[in-house]
Amino acid sequence: MSIFETTSLRVAGVEVDGKTAEAISGRHNIIEMTQAAEDAVLRPRDAGAFGHDLRAALAARVARLAEDDALASHYLAKAGNKAALADPSETGAAQGLSAVLAFVDKVANQTRDIAAEDVSGLQTAGVEDADIVRLCELVAFLAYQTRLIAGLRLMQGAA
Amino acid sequence: MARVIHKFTRNVPHWQPRLTPVKLAEATPEQLEALQVTPSNTKVSDYVLTLAHDVESLKVRSPLFNAIMYDAGGLSRSERELGALAASMVNRCIYCAAVHADRHAKIEKDTTTTDALFAAGEKADLNPRERAIFDFARKSAEAPPTAGKADMEALRQAGLSDAEILDLILSAALFGWANRLMHVLGDPVRKTEDA
Repeated sequence: MSIFETTSLRVAGVEVDGKTAEAISGRHNIIEMTQAAEDAVLRPRDAGAFGHDLRAALAARVARLAEDDALASHYLAKAGNKAALADPSETGAAQGLSAVLAFVDKVANQTRDIAAEDVSGLQTAGVEDADIVRLCELVAFLAYQTRLIAGLRLMQGAA
Repeated sequence: MARVIHKFTRNVPHWQPRLTPVKLAEATPEQLEALQVTPSNTKVSDYVLTLAHDVESLKVRSPLFNAIMYDAGGLSRSERELGALAASMVNRCIYCAAVHADRHAKIEKDTTTTDALFAAGEKADLNPRERAIFDFARKSAEAPPTAGKADMEALRQAGLSDAEILDLILSAALFGWANRLMHVLGDPVRKTEDA
């Protein structure tokens, strides 16, 4: 895969011949590793409690919370019948996911306010420690990817 | 005993997990490989053992982290640390802020900038280049991110090349990730000696 076909450069609209692409050529490895990280958090071999559809829906939700509709659309296309959960106003109560979604939203956009109770609350809701780590990695990667994309757009002169 | 700390400091605390880390004796071959454990090196931090619960992510993130913070060329090491510090301050990741303020001060052999940031936050008295770097990274770390055209223009006015700007975007963004692991999964603590 060319680095220009990776999610981050494609969604950021980086032109193959532009000045930004020239800067990126010096960091080719980082763009490749960013795509490998996306694959690891969205489509891991061992998905634990969170299947690939649900992960895609959560990624779309976090992208929306970061106000990146283009990235949200990218993930939403892979969310299957979990797509409704990508809407930040959806609580997930009907799917038994209200604790998970509340945690995702807070880690994504009120990071500084996270406290020990947020983690123990998930444990009380029956989420295994390994799955809490998996959930954090997914949300945390999206925090990185949305900011990388936003920065690349700014480099190319976006408002 | 361990006391949780809430104030920014350059004195790097211990990190105490909020959940149970992987036990080395029970680690899978894939986890051991990611942890790079050898018979002579069985001392692995609780942080890395906690992340080993998601070994596929751990395996790709470690080399990515090292490339963004340490690969040659582009933005200076200390200015990448400043980007990491700005994000860590926004997210109030006391542990990450301590590590990266400490590294910044050691590389620069000067504590002036990090002293000022911990004392006055975003209103700290910084030189124009540091100001442009810190403000861009800080606004980029907000949720949702608020860095805009004027912040990008300020970086260029301060003399940053496109390669340097890309490295700043990467280091600040990377700490959007790192902070959400460190700050969410554990507490920064001081261990008091046994009384």
